[in-house]
Amino acid sequence: MVASILRRSPSLLIVIALLTFALVAACGDGDDSSSAPQPSVSEQPAAEAAPQETVSTPEPPASEEEMPAAEEMAPEEQMVAEEDMSAEEDMSTQQTASEADMDDPLTLTVYSGRGESLVGPLLDQFETDTGVDVRVRYGGTAELAAAILEEGDRSPADVFFAQDAGALGALQDMGRFTVLDDEFLDRVDPVFRSASGGWVGVSGRARVVVYSTQLSAEELPASIFDLIEPEWSGRVGWAPTNGSFQAFVTAMRQVYGDAATAGWLSAMIDNGVQEYPKNTPIVQAVGDGEIDVGLVNHYYLWRFISEDPDFPAANHYTDAGEPGALVNIAGVGLLGSSTNQEAARVFVDYLLSETAQQYFATETHEYPLITGVDPNPGIPGLDTLDPPSLALTSLADLEGTLDLLREVGALP
Amino acid sequence: MLLPLIYLIIRALDADAAAWSALGDASSLRLVLRTALLALAVAGASLVLALPMAWLTVRTDLPLRRLWSVLAIVPLVVPSYVGAVAFIAAFGPRGTLQEILSPLGVDTVPQIYGFAGAFLALTLFSYPYLLLVLRAGLRGIDPALEDASRSLGMGSWRTFLRVTVPQLRVPITAGSLLVALYVVSDFGAVSLLRTDTLTRAIFIQYQTSFDRAAAAVLGLELVGLVTLILVLEWLYRRRGRFHGGGPGTPGPPRLLRLGRWRWPALAFLAAIVLVALGVPTGVLLHWLVRGLQAGEPFAGAWGAALNSAWVSAVAGLVAVVVAIPVAIVAVRKPSPLAAIVERVGYTGFALPGIVVALSLVFFGLRVVPAVYQSWVLLVFAYLVLFFPLALGGIRTSLVQIRPGIEEAARSLGGSPGRVLATITIPLLIPGLVSGFALVFLTAMKELPATLLLAPIGFDTLATEVWSASSEAFFARAAAPALILILVAALPLALLVAREHRVER
Repeated sequence: MVASILRRSPSLLIVIALLTFALVAACGDGDDSSSAPQPSVSEQPAAEAAPQETVSTPEPPASEEEMPAAEEMAPEEQMVAEEDMSAEEDMSTQQTASEADMDDPLTLTVYSGRGESLVGPLLDQFETDTGVDVRVRYGGTAELAAAILEEGDRSPADVFFAQDAGALGALQDMGRFTVLDDEFLDRVDPVFRSASGGWVGVSGRARVVVYSTQLSAEELPASIFDLIEPEWSGRVGWAPTNGSFQAFVTAMRQVYGDAATAGWLSAMIDNGVQEYPKNTPIVQAVGDGEIDVGLVNHYYLWRFISEDPDFPAANHYTDAGEPGALVNIAGVGLLGSSTNQEAARVFVDYLLSETAQQYFATETHEYPLITGVDPNPGIPGLDTLDPPSLALTSLADLEGTLDLLREVGALP
Repeated sequence: MLLPLIYLIIRALDADAAAWSALGDASSLRLVLRTALLALAVAGASLVLALPMAWLTVRTDLPLRRLWSVLAIVPLVVPSYVGAVAFIAAFGPRGTLQEILSPLGVDTVPQIYGFAGAFLALTLFSYPYLLLVLRAGLRGIDPALEDASRSLGMGSWRTFLRVTVPQLRVPITAGSLLVALYVVSDFGAVSLLRTDTLTRAIFIQYQTSFDRAAAAVLGLELVGLVTLILVLEWLYRRRGRFHGGGPGTPGPPRLLRLGRWRWPALAFLAAIVLVALGVPTGVLLHWLVRGLQAGEPFAGAWGAALNSAWVSAVAGLVAVVVAIPVAIVAVRKPSPLAAIVERVGYTGFALPGIVVALSLVFFGLRVVPAVYQSWVLLVFAYLVLFFPLALGGIRTSLVQIRPGIEEAARSLGGSPGRVLATITIPLLIPGLVSGFALVFLTAMKELPATLLLAPIGFDTLATEVWSASSEAFFARAAAPALILILVAALPLALLVAREHRVER
């Protein structure tokens, strides 16, 4: 029967060949992936998961429910799981739990909204330096935040490494984060961390005006308010859906009030501001000469210059003290549902160490946030920026900003 | 297939009254209208491109028609955010086209930002859905009718319009539906080309306010729009018989001699391939060369290529296997229930990928935690997302098989299983192949579900391209993107070569 089909339809052969190839590949891969990260989360001793101040403590029934899953796991995984289970029976104290950890290397699952190209080398270095076994899921910050919310207490993630404070704030508000140790929080200026301690910034990025080098110095705007003048009509780009841009609008509202901010936003729109979905297309458009200036974070420019040394754009810092020079952060939060709290702390500690901070300064051209590490010589120091003295936490009223952006028509 | 819908309903229950009442706003209504208009316009334009392309590559002696077949289908794998960036680089206000024209004193080219630009870009990246379905449809038509028409004195042109095209009503509607729903679900192109659609509004809810409930309400609105489109399509295709009255298997069609028409035909195909495939490839090569010159290492991404290929192939096969019984019941035993079941499958394809991905995060971890974030769940996600592609391809071929052949086989004592294996499935081959190709190619470029549901460390070409380009590592994005195009072209080339050999 099969043979007759094959004889009549040679093209089926190709499909079958692909299937065979696929199955072989699938089986090879299945051994290590089908039992992937999730069991390690739910099966570890509940005693180890001791989040102090979160709504999300894993309930014992949940982990019992998970046990049968161990039967479906590959043999080697099963052994590890059994060890964990027997460990759970033997001991109920935190002390023995950490003894067990000494035998097995610590493991850690990071959800990273920052790209692999940027932070991958740093995470590899972390693995080498600390011996912690790291697994990273890369994705968009907003998408990963939504996934963590959907996953709830069963989330495989231990740590969320986000592009912007908005996403960290959203997860904190939903009770997903545990409070970080003061030891970590204190290393960073209070401006760059959550007031309630749910997240901490690990690197900073300044709001700048990226401009085409076709412009001369006199032509550059001293203030963002210059950009509503007729001479800038149709020459400016912004990204109203971008978290950093929204933080900047929130800062404007605090400094100048809602009415003035709405006035500026409307005037920008009336002046033909060009809309882009995020920062990189703005920098690209400035380089192409499509627009002359764009409101972006400072560090994207270096990416373009590293691939094209003649890239015709540069960063301009507006007047000191105005929100145009606001400094945003990329940061981390530790999930309350994590059963690898110890490894997660090692990770946060590492990100706030000199090694990692130096990496952000030299490799990603961001601002280090601990004292003692200087930013890349090519960019002006944080102290010279004199950004408006607003704590990022005080920029929490995102909803108000979104309403404003919708009201003036910057967002649908 | 219903999971995304159930998820949306669960999430929308959390929504406050404001989110619901916002649905009645004029701005919300405009959003729905614009989305519908864009979907219809792109589907219409795709038909105008794909119908002659399918006919030229299947039925005429066009020079190098196998090569053209492959080149014309490959743009399907170009992720829309890459395609849109390339499109802007080529046709933007300061793109290559403007540079070429500037010595002639042309300072502004037509605006590509906005509805028109999104319409053009989406047409160029989604017409292959129609093309694949139409090619399968054309290959299943019994040429006897056309021969009869010609022998009765009708010209080739009139035969094509009056005999061939009416017989293609099922592939035309099925393919147009796929194009329209793809447009509804697209995010990359509409966001870069500044056209607000429902999908973009849903993304903005996730991205800016992290409001899953408000996003779900918009998602349900999108489902409403899709239901409307499906009802229209159903009303249109309900009646009609599409199989020939002659012998069961269509004989090999005689290839029409193009004569001097071959030159305009070639120019037509070349122009489309140049824009839809040449432009993105050219921009990617430019990125690659520029990056290599600046000292970026060349990264091959072969591991990711293997991952993409096998997981997409498994998804394609699973989708085809599942779609066969659904198509058979829907075509052979039509009933309102079968029609509804068949159409429910379309919601996954029309919804933004992120919604489907989140629904599977939600259910995956609660119902089948053992396979959460394993390749099993990833293949299942592709099935939920792309099942209609397989169904559309298979349905097209199935309606062309005369039920009388199956009945005859049964009356001669063949068991239903044997009839299926020896009669139905062999006759279905063109549809199976096009259904498989549609799912395979679309899964290769899938991003949101892959990012959230693949095993950790399971890189595909699409995730590599996205990861590099989103951080402006364009050179590193170019290599996997070019490999994506190659990996898609190879199996297509094999399939097309086989197809043509069978015809002889």
